[in-house]
Amino acid sequence: MDTNHSRRQLAAMKQSLFDQGLLDEQFIQLEELQDDANPNFVEEIVTLHYRDSSRLISSIEQALKERNLDFNKLDTLMHQFKGSSSSIGAKKVKAECNLFREYCRAGNAEGCMRSFQQLKKEHAALRKKLEAYFQVSRV
Amino acid sequence: MAAPSSSSSTWVMETSDVPHVLAVDDNLIDRKLVEKLLRNSSCKENGPRALELLGLTSGGQNTMNGRSKVNLVITDYCMPGMTGYELLKKIKESSVMKEVPVVIMSSENIPTRINKCLEEGAQMFILKPLKQSDVKKLTCQLMNCEV
Repeated sequence: MDTNHSRRQLAAMKQSLFDQGLLDEQFIQLEELQDDANPNFVEEIVTLHYRDSSRLISSIEQALKERNLDFNKLDTLMHQFKGSSSSIGAKKVKAECNLFREYCRAGNAEGCMRSFQQLKKEHAALRKKLEAYFQVSRV
Repeated sequence: MAAPSSSSSTWVMETSDVPHVLAVDDNLIDRKLVEKLLRNSSCKENGPRALELLGLTSGGQNTMNGRSKVNLVITDYCMPGMTGYELLKKIKESSVMKEVPVVIMSSENIPTRINKCLEEGAQMFILKPLKQSDVKKLTCQLMNCEV
């Protein structure tokens, strides 16, 4: 039985995500809500988040292609994205969202595009790491 | 759970009841979270649908249904169409539902926003994301517990 090994591996993976500043306390809050009735609660929420946020990313991408950027629309979309990210404890992604919104408020199109690229990178990187994490948790 | 002893509140919970909460939020993840934190809840994604459940639409039907079903409303502030603040006002303006506590949640810590909601009669203002400790604090407040 390798359960001890995978449990330790899981703990190490989680610690690493925290040490890298990718996750915050909210992720722990989610884990505390997991129980026998909802043993996969965290994974379910995270999966939902990625489905939801993919849609938002597409919308933002479309909005950024417009000739005259609608900063209000972009800010609203990003507010939703940030909320969702915050609810799963995605610390670094949340910080990128804040940066993007600052650029929106300043009407800085180039800043928006740059921070959005960075945000997508962070978002994808965390997604991969969480997928690996959940894979180990299912062992 | 016992009824609150405060005489100023006409809102009473039966001893055996778990409070039924109406949660309103346009964000799916936040609805799932609230649903998990508040076990006996109905979730709606916007103000108009919430008002429908509460029996407060202009048709005015089923007003007693809404009153007997919902013990607490917890709503997001920022929602397209109708904000949580507007929903709060509609609930407080209604003769049937005005005693139901309304909690407002927001991801943004804006003092003027918080004061505005409290002045309009919000029970509590909570910063998102919602945590178990928030739910405990709220439950305590509603039950008039000494913490």
